[in-house]
Formats: sequence, structure tokens, C-alpha cells
Amino acid sequence: MSETTTVAEPLVVEQAETKPGYAGQSVPRKEDKRLVQGEGVFFDDVKRHNMGYVHFVRSPYAHAKLRSVDVSKALEHPGVLGTLTGDEVALLTDPFFQISSPPGAHLKDFCLAVGKARFVGEPVAAVVATTRETARDASELVEVDYEPLPVLTDAREALADGAPLLHDEAGTNLTWEGVYEWGDLDQAFAEADRVLKISELHFDRFNSTPLECNGALVEFNKGTGQWTIITNNQFPGFAAIMMGPAMRVGLDKLRFVTQDIGGGFGNKITSHPQLVACCLLARKLKRPVQWTEWRTDFHLSMSHGNERWFQDTEVAVKHDGTLLGFRTTALDDAGAWLRYEPLGGVIWAQVTPGMYRWRHIRLDFKQVVTNKAPVSPNRGYSRMQHLWFTERVIDIVAHELGLDPVEVRKRNYIKADEMPYETPNGCIYDSGDYAKMLDTALDLIGYDDLESKRTDAESRGKLLGLGIGSTLDSGTNNFGQSRLINPELQFSGNNEVATVKLDIFGEIVVTLGTTPQGQSHETTASQVVADILGCSVDDVNVRAGHDSYWNSHAGFSGTYASQFAVTGLGAVKGATEMLAGEMKKLASVVLGCSPDDIELAEGQARMKANPEAALPFMALGAIINANNAGLPEDLDVTLNCRYVYRPPFDPPDVERKYGNLTLTYAAQVHAAVVEVDPETGVYEIVDYAAVDDCGKRINPQVVEGQVMGATAQAIGAATHETFTYDEDGNLLTPNFYDYHVPHALDMPPLKTGYVESPSPFTSLGTKGMGEGGGAGIHALCAALQDALRSRGNPIVYDSSNPYHRVWELLSDPEESRKRVAVETP
Amino acid sequence: MDVVSSQTVSVEVNGTTYEREVEARRLLIHFLRDDLDLTGSHVGCDTGNCGACSVILDGTLVKSCMLLAVQADGSSIETVEGLSQEDELNPLQQAFKDQHALQCGYCTPGMLMSATALLRDNPSPSDDEIAKAIQGNICRCTGYWNIFKAVKAASGQEVGE
Repeated sequence: MSETTTVAEPLVVEQAETKPGYAGQSVPRKEDKRLVQGEGVFFDDVKRHNMGYVHFVRSPYAHAKLRSVDVSKALEHPGVLGTLTGDEVALLTDPFFQISSPPGAHLKDFCLAVGKARFVGEPVAAVVATTRETARDASELVEVDYEPLPVLTDAREALADGAPLLHDEAGTNLTWEGVYEWGDLDQAFAEADRVLKISELHFDRFNSTPLECNGALVEFNKGTGQWTIITNNQFPGFAAIMMGPAMRVGLDKLRFVTQDIGGGFGNKITSHPQLVACCLLARKLKRPVQWTEWRTDFHLSMSHGNERWFQDTEVAVKHDGTLLGFRTTALDDAGAWLRYEPLGGVIWAQVTPGMYRWRHIRLDFKQVVTNKAPVSPNRGYSRMQHLWFTERVIDIVAHELGLDPVEVRKRNYIKADEMPYETPNGCIYDSGDYAKMLDTALDLIGYDDLESKRTDAESRGKLLGLGIGSTLDSGTNNFGQSRLINPELQFSGNNEVATVKLDIFGEIVVTLGTTPQGQSHETTASQVVADILGCSVDDVNVRAGHDSYWNSHAGFSGTYASQFAVTGLGAVKGATEMLAGEMKKLASVVLGCSPDDIELAEGQARMKANPEAALPFMALGAIINANNAGLPEDLDVTLNCRYVYRPPFDPPDVERKYGNLTLTYAAQVHAAVVEVDPETGVYEIVDYAAVDDCGKRINPQVVEGQVMGATAQAIGAATHETFTYDEDGNLLTPNFYDYHVPHALDMPPLKTGYVESPSPFTSLGTKGMGEGGGAGIHALCAALQDALRSRGNPIVYDSSNPYHRVWELLSDPEESRKRVAVETP
Repeated sequence: MDVVSSQTVSVEVNGTTYEREVEARRLLIHFLRDDLDLTGSHVGCDTGNCGACSVILDGTLVKSCMLLAVQADGSSIETVEGLSQEDELNPLQQAFKDQHALQCGYCTPGMLMSATALLRDNPSPSDDEIAKAIQGNICRCTGYWNIFKAVKAASGQEVGE
């Protein structure tokens, strides 16, 4: 079902240093044996004696004052062990640290609503009982006296006079704003032959809905004052720095444990409020407590993707389609709280120009709060919204100027020989050949025969359209970019850690700082280790999951933001090379030679000149760990090596908003072919190609799996998935009945391809990947616009295009065309 | 509402007979996971849509969140834990591994049970028949493409690269 293509030689740099071996091979996954037998350990599989089950009482109002919360009847219910209310929380904890500069900095965010509820589904109290069912029953006995307040659901109304104010402390719904400007906009528009104006585009609200919801089992050890939090949070380092200060404890009091996590996609980063509530309950009730989020609760309250409006866009363009620059206002709807925001207000800037060479860009980023669920990262976080915008602009420019979208892309793509390429805002695109990727994608969908396919579709009464989505998956964040949001923040750079040791019987044991959710870290880490130590991947034991008590971890440890292949494997490589050096040193002492005379191969340390003189790994492990008498005093060998990988970053220039924001820039070009039924708006994806370039691929099968997953999520978002609210702030899609994720029958035929442009900036030539930039959303929007051209040239203005919206475009194309105008200066 | 009735439930799961006193309202999936400690089957939704809890009950594929434990009284149930013999993966499990048909592995137990039920009825399914058979199982990681290949491979049919 998939096809691959490759380039004859590396495009930019030489092949990475590692010897031919496991890296680059589709080694079968180590994780699978337990998972296909139902022997994974997910947080909800773990039980403790006498544990209580937590159920949250949630606001049925989008905006309401809490006059009182009375738990007395619930406490009388048989089987109820205790409760927690906002009043207690306000006494026992401090508000969560806010990333934002003022006015967002002034928000008072607690783990339960205090004083006021701000979205439907916001937890206002918690009940603990002996069973899940009893906790749920008893939660209905909690009496909350709500005073409903006017509701704000449309970000565009957030700044209107008389708009409901969510946070009195902030004094405005505009919690963060930043104006970004690079190049010379006046000059660009003076040089332009044409100026395209687009009044409004809308990126809809959705998320990638991991199949496992959030949750935790939390124990409190009164003697040590430490909580053990067995959870599926995917960024425990972030959770810890949010939770510790709020709970008034040092981070060592918070022990995070995970093994298997049932998908994350960024949506499991911001579960810290619920984890704090569980910690407070475990301490208060003197027993372990367990919280498993219900699907409806996840949809109502967790981690929606950023909804964004692009307003008053102007694009400067030459007659031939050369793009000079653009200006726009990005109005971002954060929902009710800033749980990871306003980082989305800078993360987009990692890919400011997209894949294109325009140099003059101004973007006014305004983030507002509304009475909807808080947003937080979702696969492709913030770059996806921006790249959707740039891709929409390309297609609208092409169609309005009568040009071919394929040609406009090729004309404006950054070229392979311009790499590494510095973008207008100082990001350094490391490598890539975008035009080649596009050609590959077009080949895969049979572009040369497109017009005959269009004719064939017409003969069947269908409208055929082709769309391209060309995107970047920027990976390995420079956390210094947070200073563009708030100059007071003391974050910069990035890091990840691994330990690799040789144990007493020669076991190679690897621990990671990461918390994978399906990304195959056990497998790919083994490949890197085996290549360096000269052993089999089967000899490498990578500990499953993460335990912050035992695993070494760094400040940014976690699994998020497309970075494991760079940071995680960079740390693994560093630690393994340290271990290899120690093994050689030890062997040289025993064998009486120089460390340079030793090689590691076939599970042995042996003399290069005399392979018979060899020590098996088991001997090395035993000597250091159990048989070390007589070794030289100055032999500095532990065979237990920790390495922190730190990518080469400088803090960005806060004044100019300038600097390299991520280390690598993996690229995607997707091509989609759709057929639309003009009578109904129903459409089908009849062909689809996804071409990916993430530099050196450690495990091609794993990489392709990530490409497939990102593609499927983009298809879901483009066609059906949307968090829709009514005017009262009720979520209309709170479960998998109403929120339609792709099912097996929804999947189009898929062809995959790749180009491999090793990164010159990473130790393995790898690039972080997996998010896919939402390329499928962009490609499908473009394909629909192409298909509908003969029906009055409607403009696809929304990222979400269920059949009814396509039907609206067909029925009234002029309505959508009111959004665009082409002017000649 | 203080009185919650209980009932004795006796089921055979993967060849072992269990007898437990359970609340009449307890869902079969929670009975399997919480009372019998068979945590291979998972919960992914509240509405019977996702299929992570799929098991085979008296030969019929069911979603165990859509049944009460008491409804399963006297039945014979197969779950993911029963697929392997002596820790050797069966051909379907092996095909899932070979074809990279799982990532996080959360949907996999239910997916395997749906595919097991399909292959018993139809030992040589087409792509379309596979898609229909697993349409009640949601996977958010793979996009299903490699799952189609795995089921096909497990049935002994050729799969493309």
C-alpha cells in the first residue's frame, strides 16, 4: 500500500558517523510483544489496597458564579470517603504559575474552580468513594448554587464593548498580544504588482483525542511527604514545575511514574490541575486515590487544539506569483485558562515563512480567553494553524491570479542549494529539498494523468480536485523562545538525558528521560546502542516507561514537540559512547594494551590486532561490579554512564523577536485528490500521497508509522472532527458519537514516500518528526477549492470542511468570495 | 438509591472459571478489569463507539462496556490474554508486530479480538471486509493502514510493501 523513493545521495551533509548497522533498519518493535498480549501496564491497570475512586463534579454552565458548594449530602452517601472543594483548594494551594506576561499573568488558576466556573465541564468539586460507580452517584448529591453569567464563545466578540469578562484580575479578555514584524513591509507592498486581501480565515477547534483518557493513581507517603503519581502525563517535567509551587512543595516530593501511555499527541501535557486535586485528596483521606477520566469529561475539559482566526490579511505578490510578504492578525482562542498558553503565541514563529522565500512578514498575534475548554498542545501545535494559513494563502493567490498552485509553490519554495536557510526571523532551516518532495508526491498520485482523471470524474458527474499541503515539523525547541512571550521567564535551550550501564552479568541497561506514547523509544534507542557497542539489539534492555525517582531526567524531559530522534537519541548516543570508552579502558587494563587497541564487537571487547584476546561484556561487568580488587586506583570507570544532550542554542533576541527557535525542520509534502458530488457536497478522497523528510531515519517503519498516524489525524480534522459549541457554551460534540474520528471505512488509499536530507546540526543526522504539520488538512482544503473552481470559484475559508460546508460553498460561492479581493496598487 | 443489589456471576474466561459477587450495575469491562484483574481489555469511551473493550462472548464479538457483568453469567469469554499459548505470539499477534500495526497499543487488544472474530468467519477477507470488520474499533495512532495489512498477512494473503 505504500511506496518509497529515495535520493541518490545526501543533499547537504555527509552521512552521519555511525557505522552501518541497526540504524536505518526497520528493526521490529520491542514494545509490541507485551502490547499484543494485553500485558502493557497503563495507569488504570495499577491498583492499590484500599484505594478510593475520584469523580469530578463539573459545571453545567459555561460561565457562572459559584454562590455555594455543599458536599454534605454526598458525604452521607454510603461508600463515600471524602470530598474536595474550591474553597479548600484556595487555602491549601497557590494559583498555578502563569507563563504569560501581564495581563495574562494575573489569572488565578486553581485545580478546581474557585468563585466562578468558566466553561462547561470545569471541575468545581471532587468526590472520592469506594467504587467508580459510587463516586459518580455521590457526585450528583453535591449541591452547587450557580448564578449564571453572560457567556462568551466567539473570540471575535471578546474585545467588544460589553463583552462578558472572564477574569476580573486581568481586566480584559485579551490576555496576550505580540506584534511580530520582520523585513520591510512598506517596500514589499510598494514592489507588489498585485495585493491580495483576505478578510477572514478560520482554523477550527479539534484535538487528536488519544484513545486512553487522562488519569492517575496517587499515593501519599506521610513519613517522607512524598506523592507517587502513577499517571499518563506526557511531560512530567512541565507538570512538576506547575504542581510543586502550587502545592508549596519541592519537586522531589512529586514522583511521576509511567509505563505505557495510550496515545498523547500533546493532549496529555496539561493534566496538572487534576493531578493536584488527586494529590490533595490522597493526603486528606490518607489513602491512595485513583482518577480515570471519562471520555465525555475529556472532550468537555481537556486540551482542545488552538482555534485561530486570521483577519485582514494582505499579501504582496508579483504577476508571476513571486510572493514578497504578508501581513495579518492572528486571533487565537485559548478557551478559559492559559494552561500552556500563551506559548502558542510564539511557537508558530518557528515556521514563520512556511517553506517559502518571502522575506517581509508582519503578524499581530492576539490571544483571547473565552468560555470554552482550555487549549493546550495538539500534534502540530500552533505551527499547524500558521502553516494552514500560509498554505491557504498560496492557493488563494494562485487561483485568484490564474496561476497553477503547483507552479506557485515551486517558484517560491526555499531551494535545496540555499540550505541551511535563515528565515526572516532568524530560524535556521537545516536541510531539505522541498521541490523534490513535491515532485515525488505528484508522481505518487499520477499528476501527469490528472486532467484525464478530471475528465473521467466529470463523466461520472463528479468534480475532481488536487490539493497540496507543504509543511514543516519543526523539532527540538529552543525554550528561549518563551522570552518572546514573557521576557521575565528564565528558560532557554533544551536538554534530554539517558543513562547506559553495563551490569554484573553483562546486561546493557538503558534508561531514558522520556515518556513515550507509542513512538517506539525502546526500539530506536536499542538500535543506536547496539551499533555503538557492537552487540545485538536483543542484548539491549531499555527500561519501559519512566520513573522520576529512578530515571535520570532533565528539566525538559518528556515526549512532546518532535524531538526524541534528536534529543533522546542524542543523549543515548552520548551515554553509550561514554560507556564504550570506559569498556575499552577497562579492557585495556586487563589485556595490557592501549584503549585505542581495543574494539567492541560481537558482544566482546577485544584487541583489534588479536581478536582472540577478548573479554566478553559479562567479564567487564563482573570485574567492575563484583571483582574489582587490584584494579589501578586511578581507573575512573563505573560502567554506569549518564549523558545530558544539550542542543547548540543561543537565547533569541527578545527585542527583534529573532533567533533560531528549533534545531531541526523536518518537512512534509502531501498531495490529495478528491471527488466531490456537486449535488450534495459529499466528497471522497480518491488518492493520497504523503512524502516526508526527517533526515536520517533510524527506523524507517517507525517513521512511516508516524507519517501515517499524522495523516489520519489530519484527515479526521479536515473532514469531520470539530469541537462545536452552541451560543450558551454547551459542547455539542462531547463523545465519539458526535465527534467523529476516522474509522477504518473512512481511510483513503495511501501512498508514502520519503526524501532523506540528514540534518547537519544533530549527532545522528536525524530530525524530530511525528507531528506532520497538519499537511493533510491543508492538502484537503486545497483539493476542495480546486474541485469547486468550476462552480463559481468559492474560497475554502475554514480548516474544517464537513459535507455540509462543502454544500454551502457549492450553493452560494459568492458568499465565500466576499472574503477575497485582488487589488493592483 | 442506597440499596445497590448484588448478584453472583460465574463466567469462564480464557478457560478459567471465575465466580464473583458483583453489583448488578457493574459493566462487564469493569468486572474483567477490576474484579478479575484481566487488564488487557481497555476502556476508551463511555458510549460503545471505540471498541477497545471488545471481547468474544460465547463465540460472538461484543463490546464489554455495553453489557453488564450479570448478563455474562454462565458464559464463556475470550479476551486478549487468551490469544497466546505459552507466551508464543499467535499468527495474528505476530502479524501486528511485523506490520507495525500498533503504536501506543491501547486499542490493540480490542482490535485483535475483532480481527480474531473476523478470521474465524472469513479466513481470507478482502481489504473492504477487513475495514468493515474493524469499523467498530477506533485507532488514533496508525490510520488503520498497517492494521489492514496485518490482518491480511495473518490470513496468509499477500500484502504489498
